[in-house]
Amino acid sequence: MPVSPSDTRGTVHDLAVIGAGPAGLAAAVTAAELGLTVALLDAAPRPGGQFYRQPAPGLGAARPRALHHSWGAFTRRAARLAAQRAAGRVHHLAEHHVWAVTRATADPEHWTVHAVTGPDGAHGPAPELTARHVLLATGAYERQLPFPGWTLPGVVGAAGAQAMLKAGLVLPGRRIVVAGSGPLLLAVAGSLAAAGARVPVVAEAGDYGAYARSPRALAAQPRKLVEAAGHAATLARHGVRLRSRSAVTAVHGTDRVEAVTLTRLDHDWRPLPGTGVRIPCDALAVGHGLVPQLEPATGLGCATRRTPDGGHALVVDGRQRTTVGGIWAAGETCGVAGAELAFIEGELAARSIAGRGPVGALRRRRDRLRRFALAMAAVHAPRPGWSDWLRTDTEVCRCEEVTAGRIQDAVTGLGARDGRTVKLLTRAGMGWCQGRMCGTAVTHLAGDPAPAPTRRPLACPIVLDHLADG
Amino acid sequence: MSRRRRRTPAALVRARPEPAFEISLDGRPLPALPGQSLAAALWAAGVLSWRRTRGSGRPRGAFCGIGSCYDCLATVNGTPNQRACLIPARPGDAVTTQEGHGHAGLAV
Repeated sequence: MPVSPSDTRGTVHDLAVIGAGPAGLAAAVTAAELGLTVALLDAAPRPGGQFYRQPAPGLGAARPRALHHSWGAFTRRAARLAAQRAAGRVHHLAEHHVWAVTRATADPEHWTVHAVTGPDGAHGPAPELTARHVLLATGAYERQLPFPGWTLPGVVGAAGAQAMLKAGLVLPGRRIVVAGSGPLLLAVAGSLAAAGARVPVVAEAGDYGAYARSPRALAAQPRKLVEAAGHAATLARHGVRLRSRSAVTAVHGTDRVEAVTLTRLDHDWRPLPGTGVRIPCDALAVGHGLVPQLEPATGLGCATRRTPDGGHALVVDGRQRTTVGGIWAAGETCGVAGAELAFIEGELAARSIAGRGPVGALRRRRDRLRRFALAMAAVHAPRPGWSDWLRTDTEVCRCEEVTAGRIQDAVTGLGARDGRTVKLLTRAGMGWCQGRMCGTAVTHLAGDPAPAPTRRPLACPIVLDHLADG
Repeated sequence: MSRRRRRTPAALVRARPEPAFEISLDGRPLPALPGQSLAAALWAAGVLSWRRTRGSGRPRGAFCGIGSCYDCLATVNGTPNQRACLIPARPGDAVTTQEGHGHAGLAV
């Protein structure tokens, strides 16, 4: 019997899945097919997460797969989700922004999920939802490093440009430089070029030559090699040059992007003097890999580990359990590794929660892909010399407009040694985004050798009235 | 003249959108397609900024594209601080460039 998606009061779900990207989607359908009752909460109107973002139905896209890799892996699971929704075993709660998970007052073995609704979270609180298990599949967001001119309109996140293209079929310009680090840049450049943009160059700060020096990790993943070859072929077809060990170190223009300066880097990402080249363009898509989205996990006390690229990810065991009983995690939040692994971890978590095997084969595939991701993260991890790109007037915190010079004053003049002290002294990281854009940069500039993961008691900004009601 | 069709995002996915409708930016009419976010409709019209910062009054627009960075805040139908990258465009939506925190006109 189908149940209204909003009618969740009084029901204790076996499982609440937070996030409907590859990990959450795989977990929700697997768990439901094994007989569990599932609530699937997601901020977007349609399942798929950032990786499988798709045009709104009104845009009438007959061939959305042209913007995606492994599209069939998504559509097969989306069909299974539709079947489980129709059977009333999955409540898909779209446009639900989860801001916290707490122990249920009625039964401390159960969990209460708090969310606000609507496209922007402005439609007010959702009815509280209770579940025996919670799976965190909250994904990742893009890591950014500041450089002169990065706040100019026309400079957009590489993942952001990809998201706007996939969902809205739009481009930020006609001639778009792609820069930063990480394999995502190749996919973004390929999509932008296929959609009609001229992409003069992809600038990768890391060293692609490093892959050739670690052939074992690559040889163990033939599918990844095929995927990389596919990107390379797309770029070649569109005349896109790939420049390794190079970065955009300045953006030029008064009210929007007119050109960028591309500079060669040394091994530590320090600009090599005299190598700057000016490249005319009207947009720059930039990003330095992805950062796991750790809320609401850190608020629950789930343990984290350092990742090879200097970030943090959730600690999980062989069954995707976090260190807090009843809280599970899958996908990028356990360490950025891509959609293929996210599907596997979601399924593994669901089988573990349902207590129904076999999980051995899934676990072996998981461990292989995790090893590959670790090797990849090391190649593209930000190197300390990036801060030589900054000038004293470069804004580091976009929300609060805090410059590198003011942060330097807080560190050298006032003795700040960590990101939190810099924040209290300068307001860097105190704005709307809660440090998601500047966090990596601020902790580096503070000289903090082992920054703790940022704790955000509320995963997204909410209206005070909703907090009082919650 | 080249007979090859121009490459566009819509051509890539063979999109046949429902009819466009009108929104406005600071009173200037702009087209939007059903399902596009406000930010997408603005990008399609070549507009990249619709906010000025509180401190130095610098222009800003969409940056992260997924609702994390809050750079794309706009005043929509009189309500400030709306994330343009998340909100679907609706016929008649009036977007106004947000100055600072967006409350200047509200006498608060």
